[in-house]
Amino acid sequence: MRIPILKLHEYLLISVQVELDDQTAMQFQEDLLSKIHESGATGVVLDLTSVDIIDSFIAKVLGDVVSMADLMGAKVVFTGIQPAVSMTLIDLGIHLQDVPTALDLEQGLIKLRRELEEK
Amino acid sequence: MKGTLSNVPIAKELDIVGARQTGRNIATELGFSSVDQARIATAISELARNIYLYAKKGEITFQQVEGVAPVGLKIIAKDNGPGIKDISKSMIDGYSTSGGLGAGLPGVKRLMDDFDIMSSDEGTTIHVIKWLR
Repeated sequence: MRIPILKLHEYLLISVQVELDDQTAMQFQEDLLSKIHESGATGVVLDLTSVDIIDSFIAKVLGDVVSMADLMGAKVVFTGIQPAVSMTLIDLGIHLQDVPTALDLEQGLIKLRRELEEK
Repeated sequence: MKGTLSNVPIAKELDIVGARQTGRNIATELGFSSVDQARIATAISELARNIYLYAKKGEITFQQVEGVAPVGLKIIAKDNGPGIKDISKSMIDGYSTSGGLGAGLPGVKRLMDDFDIMSSDEGTTIHVIKWLR
């Protein structure tokens, strides 16, 4: 399974609509980095509104992609993390402290624009 | 409805998703809140991944139980792998022998209400329970 990555001006938008298994998550990591490379995107919004479970492995894959994209010069913002998902992540001891987040897609784009202007 | 509700063998990576979907469906049927459903599904994911990573093969069993509350969901993760050498270390946050996040077992313990682990060189069995409140 592949997660579609959309380009909007200098941004990439991803809305995860499938249950993330390990393979899909790893494939997404690779796809996103290639897409950043070929499009020259400076910002990425990863919308997780439809994701109802993030376990430690998926959290690590998603957290890593933020650092990887950062090395390539692109900022990633997570949006729409569900209340139940944020509670389970904290129970698991995963804080994703270095990951910029926003309530929804709109707030995510605003945050991204602000972060990129600061650079 | 009492006793064993379902049995999911774990032998390949996709079985992790299968086990947590089965667990979530059972949790929904038993009447758990959406937050507890997420906690249960996440705990199953961690347990199933441990089986897949360390023992290759095993199974997850779901049981309805009665105890401190009238309804509880008990999840048993059993494998015949090499066992956990140092259980007390495996319960320390951040400890992992596989280079993972190390959230595994202590995380599962926090997600669930009861947690029991038995491990020898003939395998590992972990019992966890979430009580319906």
